[in-house]
Amino acid sequence: MALEDKVRDIIVEQLGVNADQVKPEASFIEDLGADSLDTVELVMAFEEEFGQEIPDQDAEKLTTVGAVIEYLKGKNIGD
Amino acid sequence: MNNAEQGSMGLIRPVSIIGTGSYLPERILTNAEIEKMVDTTDEWIVTRSGIRERRIAREDQATSDLAAEAGRQALEAAGVAPEEVDQIIVGTITQDMGFPSTACFVQNLLKARNAHCFDLAAACSGFVYALEVGRQFVATGAVRTSLVIGAEKLSVVTDWTDRTTCVLFGDGAGAAVLRSVEGQRGILGTVMGSDGSLADLLGIPGGGSRHPASTKTLEDRMHYMKMTGKEVFKHAVRTMSDATLQVLKKCDLTFDDIKMVIPHQANIRIIQAIGDRLGLPVDKVFINVEKYGNMSSATVPVALDQAIRSGRVKPGDRVVLVAFGGGFTWGAMVLEI
Repeated sequence: MALEDKVRDIIVEQLGVNADQVKPEASFIEDLGADSLDTVELVMAFEEEFGQEIPDQDAEKLTTVGAVIEYLKGKNIGD
Repeated sequence: MNNAEQGSMGLIRPVSIIGTGSYLPERILTNAEIEKMVDTTDEWIVTRSGIRERRIAREDQATSDLAAEAGRQALEAAGVAPEEVDQIIVGTITQDMGFPSTACFVQNLLKARNAHCFDLAAACSGFVYALEVGRQFVATGAVRTSLVIGAEKLSVVTDWTDRTTCVLFGDGAGAAVLRSVEGQRGILGTVMGSDGSLADLLGIPGGGSRHPASTKTLEDRMHYMKMTGKEVFKHAVRTMSDATLQVLKKCDLTFDDIKMVIPHQANIRIIQAIGDRLGLPVDKVFINVEKYGNMSSATVPVALDQAIRSGRVKPGDRVVLVAFGGGFTWGAMVLEI
């Protein structure tokens, strides 16, 4: 499964949104209805799925779906 | 041959909780009242924490006063007279004063004059830690009766100008009496852990030897609890989930053998996340955070007392106690009621 698909599935599972809402430009809080603790749980799910620790200072910048995908690609995940 | 010698010869006894008690201050502080104190809303507090109200102790009540009330009730439930108590351990981070220990004040209030008394600092894990310490003393025969209390007056270390944390905490106390009882298995197993590398994420920085009380520490509000909420959330969820699985494995049990999990009550979202990870049905997890908020070391014993007194757990049922707090510290225990 492509990285984008894995990320989408995790977001759908964690936030209870439809897959077609999970667009690269979608903001977790503004578009997908997440609150601050949902974003923490999302980060935890990404960390566990991809075996990549995401420090808090990095996590704060991951406000959109696309930002997460770019970040993980930057860590050579999904190659 | 005295009891201590029996202990040194390896006669380890099973240790049971023979009575529990709790004390919650009468004063209820609701979210509606907090809305008038800081910039927040009931809806924000409930969705982020699950907390609707919390108890606040009176100005003239110190932590030992709360602890003694819970202790007295636990002794009554156990049918144990104060002078029969050999040991009092109070888990707390809001001790009455620098010293003497809160436990010594509790001793005096209960007139438990034959006890030795000390406090134990493990933050929200304080009660689980103290139970395990008490168990060790009773198991070896070093003492016959241990009174273990978790008690906090967190309202005095809560920064009532910080809207992100002031909604979370409350005051209270819970207690348990430990003895070895013929034919009962009691505490089946415990796991404990700490990670001092993450000490800075949760604590009260001022007033100790690192930052002694000064006008500067007062101005910098260093005598209040500080918490890096997101990091604490992550560690709390993962660590309590892992500790629960570890203690079950240690006891060679599965969730089918467990009537109820009683987790530290910090935040409904943490409890739900743990329940999801462990695949626990809602009715197998004890929750009272909506009424009391996070009472640090008092949450687990108050919850245990309420679970027992309400009949949600009955004699013979197995429960898991699990807690996580500043240090970091954590502990999980399986016990047969």
